[in-house]
Amino acid sequence: MINKKVANAEEAINDIKDGDTLMLGGFGLCGIPEKCIAALVSKGIKNLTCISNNAGVDDFGIGLMLQQKQVKKMVSSYVGENAEFERQLLSGELDVELIPQGTLAFRCMAAGYGMPAIFTPAGIGTEVAIGKEVRNFNGKDYLLEKAFEANFAIVKAWKGDTAGNLIFKATSRNFNTVMAMAGRITIAEVEELVEPGELDPNQIHVPGIYVHRIFKGSDYEKRIEKKTTSI
Amino acid sequence: MLDKEAIAKRIAQEIQNNSYVNLGIGIPTLVANYIPKNIQVCFQSENGLLGMGPFPREIEVDPDLINAGKQTITMLPGAAIFDSAMSFGMIHAQKIDLTILGAMEVSENGDIANWKIPGKMVKGMGGAMDLVASAKNIIVAMQHVNKAGESKLLQACTLPLTGIRCVKKIVTELAVLAVLPEGGFKLLERAPGVSVETIKKATLGKLIIEGEIPEMAFD
Repeated sequence: MINKKVANAEEAINDIKDGDTLMLGGFGLCGIPEKCIAALVSKGIKNLTCISNNAGVDDFGIGLMLQQKQVKKMVSSYVGENAEFERQLLSGELDVELIPQGTLAFRCMAAGYGMPAIFTPAGIGTEVAIGKEVRNFNGKDYLLEKAFEANFAIVKAWKGDTAGNLIFKATSRNFNTVMAMAGRITIAEVEELVEPGELDPNQIHVPGIYVHRIFKGSDYEKRIEKKTTSI
Repeated sequence: MLDKEAIAKRIAQEIQNNSYVNLGIGIPTLVANYIPKNIQVCFQSENGLLGMGPFPREIEVDPDLINAGKQTITMLPGAAIFDSAMSFGMIHAQKIDLTILGAMEVSENGDIANWKIPGKMVKGMGGAMDLVASAKNIIVAMQHVNKAGESKLLQACTLPLTGIRCVKKIVTELAVLAVLPEGGFKLLERAPGVSVETIKKATLGKLIIEGEIPEMAFD
């Protein structure tokens, strides 16, 4: 089997440079690649365009990169819960493109399936539609939305093998699968890294062909954004 | 006048047996607490879950298991996990029977605004634009008037739109109203003790009142 294993986050991100476009998996703080984010912060790469559903919170996730002013542009669907983000946005330091969540997922999916674009009704009649091609199918209007192009996709999985096959746990799957499929170079960090043959092929969510580098992260914080419990 | 819990309770009566339902953040989330015992319903959370259960007990909390509001949750027997593309795939393929969400404004032709206040609030639309673009049935849960006392049921929305001609029904602290296909808010029910006059005053868009308007019934 082709071996995709690298030693750690530093090695995995070593060729990411200023000005690159990155996809970062996760929904809120659930399933975010926290080891690679930490490595990007300590390396201090700047002028990044980040495609990610959310922008973390002030002191965790992509919020850490925002604090260091490493992000030039965010492409997201929802960016509440982050005061520093809001400050940079209102002061004009940060460029933000807000797009519907399904559009974000489909533009990743299109890239991973080799499709140049998709049609979606999300945003018809709203400011999201401004400047975009509209086509009518069976009496309903749809927007043409193009596949993303990203130099790197960075995802977090539960288990992986050195061939790059990935398995996700619960709702941490979210954008991680479609982003893994969409990157020109895809980096996966996993909680458990095993040898080929140890994962059941029937259970693989992302086949290794989409993954270029994989490493095992340790001591995941997995911070919870809103802990809610019942009595 | 209804409080938030009572609005949720009234909306719960709208849920059909054996339906798939997506609940938005805020009052809609409370609806799950009031599903009648004889009704089977499966809740979808657009971050990738069908069969969402209640909040976990302390020992069950799993950071890898959250809902679209980023709250920790549980899965019911028969639950299924999927990724964000499949989640919005099932939404746009109209597999979801009912979407319940909040709004800042609704217009008499069913347009909805709930994601942005220019210069003030820039949080983003999340999944709302997808949900309203493709839902078979949309019920809005909201206050009839805003904090400044201005009607949120308008002739035309003033805030940036989330979707057009999509809202079918509205439940507020004052009333239940249907949005008619030809335009207009048709008054269906009054909250207990609330007069038609009060509802008229709080509604800026075209209000249609036919015959006696019954009070909402609660068990």
